[in-house]
Amino acid sequence: MLDLTPKTVKERSALRVNPCKTCQPVGAMYAALGVKGCMPHSHGSQGCCSYHRTVLSRHFKEPAIASSSSFTEGASVFGGRSNISTAAKNIFDMYDPDIIAVHTTCLSETIGDDLGSYIMDMDIPEGKIVVHANTPSYVGSHINGFFNMMMGFMNYLTKKTGTNNGKTAVFPGWVNPGDIRELKRIAGLMNVPTTFFPDQSGVLDAPMTGKYDMYPEGGTTAEEIQGLGDSEGVIALGEIIGAEPAELLKKKWKTPYTLLPMPVGVTYTDQYVLALRRQSKTEVPAELEAERGRLVDLLLDSHQYTYQKNVAIFGDPDVVIGLTSFALEMGMTPKYVITGTPKGEFTRRIEALFAKYGVTGCTAKANADLFELHQWIKNEPVDLLIGSTYGKQIARSEDIPFLRAGFPVLDRYGGPLQPIVGYAGAIRLVEQITNVLLDRFDRDVSDEDFEIVL
Amino acid sequence: MIDREKLLDKYSAKVYKNRKDHIIQLEETDEARSIAANTRAIPGVMTARGCCYAGCKGVVVGPLKDVCVITHGPVGCGFYSWGTRRNKAKPDEHTDKNFVPYCFSTDMQESDIVFGGEKKLEKAIDEAMELFDPKCIMICSTCPIGLIGDDVQAVARRAEEKYGIKAIGFSCEGYKGVSQSGGHHIANNGVMRFIIGTGDTQPKTKFSVNILGEYNIGGDGWEEERILKRCGIEVLNLFTGDASCESLKSAHLAHLNLLMCHRSINYIAEMMKTKYGIDWLKVNFIGVGATCKSLREIAKYFNNSELTMRVEEVIADETAAVYDDMEYYKSKLTGKTAGIFSGGSRSHHYQVLLEDLGMKTVIAGYEFAHRDDYEGRVIIPQIKEDADNKNIESITVAPDERFYREVYTEEQIAALKAGEQGIGLNSYDGMIPEMGAGDVVVDDYNHFETDELIRLVKPDIFLSGIKDKYSIQKAGVSSRQIHSYDYSGPYAGFNGAVNFGRDVTMALYTNVWGLVTPPWKHEPMLVGSLGGGE
Repeated sequence: MLDLTPKTVKERSALRVNPCKTCQPVGAMYAALGVKGCMPHSHGSQGCCSYHRTVLSRHFKEPAIASSSSFTEGASVFGGRSNISTAAKNIFDMYDPDIIAVHTTCLSETIGDDLGSYIMDMDIPEGKIVVHANTPSYVGSHINGFFNMMMGFMNYLTKKTGTNNGKTAVFPGWVNPGDIRELKRIAGLMNVPTTFFPDQSGVLDAPMTGKYDMYPEGGTTAEEIQGLGDSEGVIALGEIIGAEPAELLKKKWKTPYTLLPMPVGVTYTDQYVLALRRQSKTEVPAELEAERGRLVDLLLDSHQYTYQKNVAIFGDPDVVIGLTSFALEMGMTPKYVITGTPKGEFTRRIEALFAKYGVTGCTAKANADLFELHQWIKNEPVDLLIGSTYGKQIARSEDIPFLRAGFPVLDRYGGPLQPIVGYAGAIRLVEQITNVLLDRFDRDVSDEDFEIVL
Repeated sequence: MIDREKLLDKYSAKVYKNRKDHIIQLEETDEARSIAANTRAIPGVMTARGCCYAGCKGVVVGPLKDVCVITHGPVGCGFYSWGTRRNKAKPDEHTDKNFVPYCFSTDMQESDIVFGGEKKLEKAIDEAMELFDPKCIMICSTCPIGLIGDDVQAVARRAEEKYGIKAIGFSCEGYKGVSQSGGHHIANNGVMRFIIGTGDTQPKTKFSVNILGEYNIGGDGWEEERILKRCGIEVLNLFTGDASCESLKSAHLAHLNLLMCHRSINYIAEMMKTKYGIDWLKVNFIGVGATCKSLREIAKYFNNSELTMRVEEVIADETAAVYDDMEYYKSKLTGKTAGIFSGGSRSHHYQVLLEDLGMKTVIAGYEFAHRDDYEGRVIIPQIKEDADNKNIESITVAPDERFYREVYTEEQIAALKAGEQGIGLNSYDGMIPEMGAGDVVVDDYNHFETDELIRLVKPDIFLSGIKDKYSIQKAGVSSRQIHSYDYSGPYAGFNGAVNFGRDVTMALYTNVWGLVTPPWKHEPMLVGSLGGGE
């Protein structure tokens, strides 16, 4: 596996090999699927839409609806105005969504299609909404697409009436439906009325009923997005993915925000709970405190198996920051920490974590790829690899225990239904991490060292 | 005609006008067997189609294991076509380098779009040469490339001069044509122009074949190779599953081309016939009956008594080996109905296998087929070119002075094709003749039509792609992916038929179907008791 990857690392400036990121539009599509009654629409060639729906369906094992402007050569020359207006008419006729959320592609961006004016000139049926976001594939990564689409919704829909609606807006960032359910449960325990935006729970984990519903129960409603300007405040989770939408809300509608890391592990979940406490001004309930206690108990019980184990973590910036913090809490050494998303802020955050825990000899890199990570591992191996499905190639090549986390996970089932955030998510992670490490230990030891009790 | 009318009834006038010719319900007579295909999808209808890049890189050239295929463009296109198609490959004597697990992209940034990406592409090639030293590099263009005017062919030529390797640029921008189909054609042109005919590795036997349109999804090609090898037939190349550029170079020395996926590679079959005189035979290795028939036709073509005997022995042996399993699955599946929507030729091929299992296909269609895939190649002269098709280059070839050789004269070919026992040499009759009155055929199906057809026709199982799979399943209908086989397979050949029978049976009979409705939906909450007893 990956037999052509040489050990010697050479600087590359043009050839991306085995990327650790994808392009903006899929992020926009995922964000839009977290809005109730919404049809994401890809303004470009059909292939983009097909690829994005495919990767989402393969990750969630769920339908991922989206339509396309189906550009042909003619549209690429003359512009996509008629494509988008025809598309909108057909979508409302055939699929009757409440909202169409248009995102652009490298094609429509390169030819300079002006979606704002196209939408303004459109014949939109009464009570229906069309919004858009610019998501050029050649800028940033899928993470940018996600927060750009969030801002697209807010720019079109959010208002300030002046009456506080008593709600705290939570931006969960790019997480799985299982994570959103957990974040909501914690907010519920903390007695904080919330609006989650976007909210893919109920959409990309819709129950099996025997009836297919194109727009399942779930998703942030247009009214809720409109009400963001009247909310008490915002808790934006994910310092990379949450910063710009939170800042937009503050700038345009004066809503104060707290920007926090994705609540993976003890400290970061504590920060989420503290932020919620500031909103509700009530004490943390015993139930939640006990949950935290059970997590810490488990960490103490199992720490000998994770202490100073070298781990490589890759994926999207916020989930990687969260996992790195938790790995350090577990006493592990995050030897290599990379994201493909080109954000310098990522490296600063990770290096701050290295400094906080006093670990040395660790590397953090943004705008990196899996080929480079693999080369590093060839030079100095790790005991554990955590990341998306694409890590399985490296894990097989170097025979490293491997834990799937982040996006996309294309080859395992049930993951998106469960959290990695919150105390409950951390308990799940401890079980998964120690399981892969101990399974490996059991596999490798000789018969005389093969223990019944560990 | 009821189902068709009901389906079309829901459309607005404009969409109706377009879609009515793409949806037909077959009748007993030959009328109403003509269909519109290979035209633009209507924006917004949620077509299942992909793009030109997907057809070129994703389908045809991506599987070439010894080629460093660089996607020139932003990172997404390369990322999505990385390890997602199940075109299995392993290194062999032609090549020790297997690039299939890798993804290469120029990961273009805004400045590359503004100032042009050729420099970055050249640098990427330099880096690829230094790291991997490939013998062949292919460049696949994504949408922005054509718009900003990067000349990938010129970059390829410069790379050839600089490194003495083979380098091929493909202008397969996503917006070209109307579907993946344009990309297949562009890839076919490149492979024909620059690869086939440049090698001189002679076949080892006098019964050598290439299997065109076999991408080795789930190992299909390997099962076909296994069977053909048992018969004494030498498989030189699969096009392009588990194929290498090195080996394709000598593909023109084969004695016969077998054609699996008609749509994606018929251009090469035709061009090799013209340029090298190699006949092509449309085969179908999907299904026990179909595999036997194809093997017998190959034997008939080679007209060698020893080979014919060997083929009959293998057929007897292989059919006996799978007989019990096939009978078992048939007992579970007889009378069930199916819908199939696939890309290339599978909607046709799998009908034969479903029939082996006692099942009937009642709805079928293709994502990106042309009329000849439905109606047979006789229709080709009648197909009108439109602006979209014209944008896809059609190359013409002439007989090759050195390599052109005819196995049979035209009269002999006519004789081979004649009569009940005639073989379908250099021709293809399409899917529709396989289907019966009342069956619905839909071209370029969309989400809406899939939904409606499930409601109207109520097939027991739907064989389609990942984008439809879960919505079909959510509606309570068994659903399996016929593009990726739901990560199972092989489905080709004798062993594949058994795998398929097992998988369809599993999909229909899984215990989970019995759990969908909770018991409290049927049982009253209050248990009543007779009053007045106290």
